[in-house]
Amino acid sequence: MSVVHEKIELTTGATRRRARRISLTPTVTVYLALVALLVAGSVLVGLNGGVLLDQGGILNILTRSTVLGLVAVGQTIVIITGSLDLSVAYLVGLCSLVAAQTMAGSDGMIVPGVLLALGVAAVVGLVNGLVVTVLKVNAFIATLGVALILRGYLEQNYTGPAGSVPRAFQHLGFDRVGPIPIGVLLMLLVAAAAWFYLKRTRPGYHTYAVGGDVDVARLSGVRTGRTIVTAHVLCAVAAGLAGVFLASRLGSGAPYVGTDAGYDLESIAAVVLGGTALAGGRGGVVGTIGGVLILATLDTIFDDLAVDPFFKDVVRGIVLIVAVALYARRKLTRRSA
Amino acid sequence: MNAPTTWRPRLADGTAPVLAVLAVLLVALAFAGPAYAEPAGYLALLKRAAPLVLLAIGQYFVIVSGGFDLSVGSLVTAEVVIAARLIEGDDANTVWVIALLLGFGLLVGLVNGLVTTKLLVPSFIVTLGMLLILDGAVFLWTGGAPRGALSPSFRVFGRGGVDLPVLGLLPWSVVILLAVLVAAVLFMRGGTGRTLVAVGDNEDAVRLAGGRVDRLKVLAFALSGLLAALAAILLGGFAGVSAQVGQGLEFRAITAVVLGGVLLGGGRGSVVAAAAGALTLESLFSLLNLLGVAGALESAVQGVIIIAAVAYASLGVTARLKSRAARTPEPARP
Repeated sequence: MSVVHEKIELTTGATRRRARRISLTPTVTVYLALVALLVAGSVLVGLNGGVLLDQGGILNILTRSTVLGLVAVGQTIVIITGSLDLSVAYLVGLCSLVAAQTMAGSDGMIVPGVLLALGVAAVVGLVNGLVVTVLKVNAFIATLGVALILRGYLEQNYTGPAGSVPRAFQHLGFDRVGPIPIGVLLMLLVAAAAWFYLKRTRPGYHTYAVGGDVDVARLSGVRTGRTIVTAHVLCAVAAGLAGVFLASRLGSGAPYVGTDAGYDLESIAAVVLGGTALAGGRGGVVGTIGGVLILATLDTIFDDLAVDPFFKDVVRGIVLIVAVALYARRKLTRRSA
Repeated sequence: MNAPTTWRPRLADGTAPVLAVLAVLLVALAFAGPAYAEPAGYLALLKRAAPLVLLAIGQYFVIVSGGFDLSVGSLVTAEVVIAARLIEGDDANTVWVIALLLGFGLLVGLVNGLVTTKLLVPSFIVTLGMLLILDGAVFLWTGGAPRGALSPSFRVFGRGGVDLPVLGLLPWSVVILLAVLVAAVLFMRGGTGRTLVAVGDNEDAVRLAGGRVDRLKVLAFALSGLLAALAAILLGGFAGVSAQVGQGLEFRAITAVVLGGVLLGGGRGSVVAAAAGALTLESLFSLLNLLGVAGALESAVQGVIIIAAVAYASLGVTARLKSRAARTPEPARP
């Protein structure tokens, strides 16, 4: 009886909301929330005698978003296929080391260093993808296992920063084009490429199809295995780029730069905050960038207010749960519509 | 799921491999270390493994009903830090603090469960959020580093034991562990436990059949929180106060459960296998330690093993499902 009752309630809820659906997709919600957060933050910081959105503040938000943005864009693709990648944090550290050690301070080795780092990333992504598709291991376990293997390798071989990048390569980390740092442009470029891949190409559509329902996709003639492997490789390469960027910024490779920042769970949080369904098949890169910007803005506001750093985590946790709770309501109404 | 017409002693899906691996490891331990020549060595192993086994049992309830609990690691840290701060080394505080800790674990589990079921947030996200909140809140409260101290009577549960005539000193943690395990097995054999597994298998079917899905899921999370609190009491006694005591335990507990052949996504696996998975993991670490494998490689070995275990299990399951599908609707079980 209660089921019937629930159904009726849901249908009426759906018809009521149908009129608003166009204007309030999760992506739009994210950016509205971002604007609201910026306004609220500006007021709070203003009351405290500071300015949130001067050039330094905007730069701060954008710079904070760069690395998480790169990782989260990759993570978005994987999550849309209904998978996820817990190995990105160690991969970021590994790639920063590979890049910095290959370059070893010489200008001529910049290109090989970057390529090698991205190559290593692609191989790790390939392993992730193959373990998921061929060995049929749940993505959570597969990428957790790969993460543990990477961690073992890093702990065995490195105790601290290693390698060094040439001065010329540090331009990537610190230079700006006009007001905008190159790193931010790089991140936006990668995001744009990912957007194009997901929304404008055939493999991109397949990504959504596989995430929506693997069996239906397979029966419709989509090569599901190939789609999942591609998603994992793309995600790993994006994480590799993040590692390369961090190497340029830090001047050397650091084994735990990815895990200290918790990029594995943090990137998943950003993706989910951006309205992508954890179960796959729904969402996109644009929302993810919004999610990343929200997290970065929160950090910047808290720094400006000199709030206890531990308080940030508490707020983050609450924001994450509340956001997903809001999306879950919408998803439910849409499903029954 | 399967209704055998003739009763025979059978193990749930996926239990046999983990028990075999565990047996091999235990025998290998006897050859590798002189400490394992007598029961005391294995008792010490059991004592070390007790917190992880408790966490694995709690995690099992959540996983078998189709969820995840990522918050247990930070919950353990939170509990230990809270205990140290409130007890401040005074034995008089032990009893009410333990009651409070268990209550807090239960509360965190209840919140996890209620947010998952009532707000329809995936449990992965809920417990991830809870992880962040607990991590932040505890250190906000203590100002960055754990303060205070545990009392001797609190630490008895993790360190001490009862003297028995034959076995020698039987650690309290082993007693607690066995009690919890027996209770968990009885619970899973009862109606509630069976329905819990059914929820993981097909939630809608259980709901249509009149099962209280939400209540069961909340119960699973509450049990996980409660057992995490218990594990924290043992760990605090055993290892003392530190801010890293619970780090990574959530993934280790999930690994243990999965190692026991429990299917992520729910609906398959037994609680004994999950506990055996935790014991296997701990024996493996002990063995690697004895063989002189560097601590750094431990995680790499752990990584390879969980992938291998799950690959073995899932390839086996898909093969079985395929052969079952190929046959008549009435499955003949091997």
